Amino acid sequence: MTGSFDVLIVGIGGQGTILASNILGGACLIEGRHVKGAETHGMAQRGGSVESHIRIDGQFGPLIAPGTAEVVLAFDMLEALRYSYYLKKGGVIVVNRQLVVPTSVFMQGLSKPTEEEVLQRLAPCRVCTIDAEHLAIEAGSPLTQNIVMLGAASHFLPLKPESLAEAVASLVPPKTLEVNRKAFDLGREAGVQCSSPVSP
Amino acid sequence: MERRYLLGNEAIAHACLEAPVDFISGYPGTPSSEVIDELRARPDRRYYIEWSVNEKVALENALAAAWCGLRALCTMKHVGLNVAADPLMTSAYTGVTGGLVIMSADDPFAHSSQNEQDSRIYAKFAKIPCFDPSGIQEAHDMLGVAFEFSEETGLPVIFRPTTRICHSKGDVALGDPRDPERTGEFHKDPRQYVVIPAHTRLLHKKLNEKQEGVRKKLVGLGLNYAEIRGRDAVVASGIAASYVMEILPETTSFAKIGAYPIDRDWLESFVRRHERVLVIEELAPVVEEEVREVSGLVPVYGKMSGHAPMEGELSPALVAGIMKSAGFPSTRSFPEPAQVPDVPLRPPILCAGCMHRATFYAIRKVFRDGIFPSDIGCYTLGLQLGAVDTTICMGASITVASGMFHAGEKRDIVCTIGDSTFLHTGIQGLLNAVYNRATITVVILDNRTTAMTGHQPNPVSGYDACGFPTPPVSLEAICRSCGVSFVETIDPHNLNVMLQAFKDAKERPGVKVIIARHPCVINARRAGITGGRFRVDPDLCTGCSSCVRFGCPAIEKEGDKASITGSCSGCSVCAQICPVGAIVPGGKK
Repeated sequence: MTGSFDVLIVGIGGQGTILASNILGGACLIEGRHVKGAETHGMAQRGGSVESHIRIDGQFGPLIAPGTAEVVLAFDMLEALRYSYYLKKGGVIVVNRQLVVPTSVFMQGLSKPTEEEVLQRLAPCRVCTIDAEHLAIEAGSPLTQNIVMLGAASHFLPLKPESLAEAVASLVPPKTLEVNRKAFDLGREAGVQCSSPVSP
Repeated sequence: MERRYLLGNEAIAHACLEAPVDFISGYPGTPSSEVIDELRARPDRRYYIEWSVNEKVALENALAAAWCGLRALCTMKHVGLNVAADPLMTSAYTGVTGGLVIMSADDPFAHSSQNEQDSRIYAKFAKIPCFDPSGIQEAHDMLGVAFEFSEETGLPVIFRPTTRICHSKGDVALGDPRDPERTGEFHKDPRQYVVIPAHTRLLHKKLNEKQEGVRKKLVGLGLNYAEIRGRDAVVASGIAASYVMEILPETTSFAKIGAYPIDRDWLESFVRRHERVLVIEELAPVVEEEVREVSGLVPVYGKMSGHAPMEGELSPALVAGIMKSAGFPSTRSFPEPAQVPDVPLRPPILCAGCMHRATFYAIRKVFRDGIFPSDIGCYTLGLQLGAVDTTICMGASITVASGMFHAGEKRDIVCTIGDSTFLHTGIQGLLNAVYNRATITVVILDNRTTAMTGHQPNPVSGYDACGFPTPPVSLEAICRSCGVSFVETIDPHNLNVMLQAFKDAKERPGVKVIIARHPCVINARRAGITGGRFRVDPDLCTGCSSCVRFGCPAIEKEGDKASITGSCSGCSVCAQICPVGAIVPGGKK
């Protein structure tokens, strides 16, 4: 065993998965820990399904193996479902309660997946559902949903919330600092309801 | 020593500052682009840096800089090296005086590429060294060594990271940037730099004589190293070596290959000390072939024995599986959960308001029975819209179109090519089509940028890699000077005008060029230019789905009526398509 704590962030290109992964990486450095990660760049980002692998304390390769992620942080419900097989037994999925239907579903007239259906299919996993859009707007900008989600997930990460908050502050544009700080706090508050945190 | 969490390409860029590098050129291509993007954005830069129009041009510029004694870096993706292969092959003969490192980023699994070729084979072909890092820190640390090695041996060096290095991240220990101090100066030496037959025969002999020394030097540098720990041995290279290191028991010997050519004596003495050897590497069995050459009676496992896949990328779980199938123990086994079935796919898609979608719509409307060769760029996604029939390599839309015409194809042939791709290797195809009297319609999708790889500027953009203004090249003038008489420029967001232009082109013989010009919607948004959003009037919508079939990600269907989401950019094309006028301005978010 390598002892790395593996987090998979998934979403749709443009939702801010890369910033979220940078924040986790930054927090690791603040705590003087090793970290490895891998992410989707290039054309795949154009509204497609994207994934960021982050291996806290990782010292070798950047990729997380399916069935071994401690946390899956999903910015979209359908992406949570798609990548749920990466979760290890007893891991937790922190998911934004938002479902963007892929355009191909409309174009090809396929049946539209619903939130209820996705939640039902995710039921065998430990799921923490967060209304990130609502909280982000409350914080001051709908663009901070990724930070809300990080705040919510912080209960399940082996990183100090202060380190994460410090990393947020160092990586978001300075004029959005207050909004993002609030988004992180609101997310962290919302994540409390998802039962007891994992001991680090 | 500073420690930062960086993208592989950012770490490589930082290593250029530490080397230091004097001259940087390249053509964008995933996964290589961020090295130049990072370096060109630095306000404190003291080096020369350019986005070149293609990889051949980039490499020849960098080669010249290295001939002038500078340290030059040339970046490209693996298939870019095909374009640069001509100067590459002979640059080994002429050699260099300043260090020349050619970064050719390979893409196992073809995440963002048309093939899975292996740059290490090019290095062998050209008889030049190749450095093959296994992770970000090593990629960073190797680059400076690569420049020194290039200068010591007088040979260009191929530096070959892969997608999982370029686009992975990690905590990296960085050195201090240094200011470049060299000034380029060319010393005439025709026997070195003019490769007429009499000169090149001698240069080839000298190149061959260098090889043995290169192999020994690489062992001396410690880039290829081995630890004897047991009777079984694993030999690994590239990112695959990091997957192996994570799960290799302490009782299995390990050899890590970080540079080529591999010294045969060194490899043989390692291999022959073992009872069985397993080779783990991505792409071609380059290391494995070398191991088999020296293995004698020692059984060798790997791709050629069927234990490891010949294609695709490796992963920790795959490497564990290969080790298991070859009977090698590992310290960790991985679960094998099945992928989740029946989740609608979410492939990448042209953005809401992208000019390409409107253009493809018009092409399909006018040329119902047409054949559509296309090219490499965001617009390859026109595949989803039934408007892309072929893609092979950069610049091959116009050439495939003219080839099909001369092959006797009777249907309308309409090819699409982006502005950057046209300037990369499209012009020659156009010239050839006119010269050889083809009848085809060429649509240049001109969004004023190299969008797919991250919006790098090109000669139509009006500014260079560092943001200095340059005269934007006229595509119209280029096409006319190639001999095209029908050159029409249209705005694809004006559907009627565009449809008429295509109809006019359809009726004429010869090569017709339509330049569909509109700024990339991402660039427009960044510049603060957006149109007002549209909405669907549910009382007027008949649910015919004409707009849904247009394929814009901002258009959804609620029940039997269409609706428009907040991602609408206001291009208005769907409103022009709607047969009943149900799409109107005034959408809100």
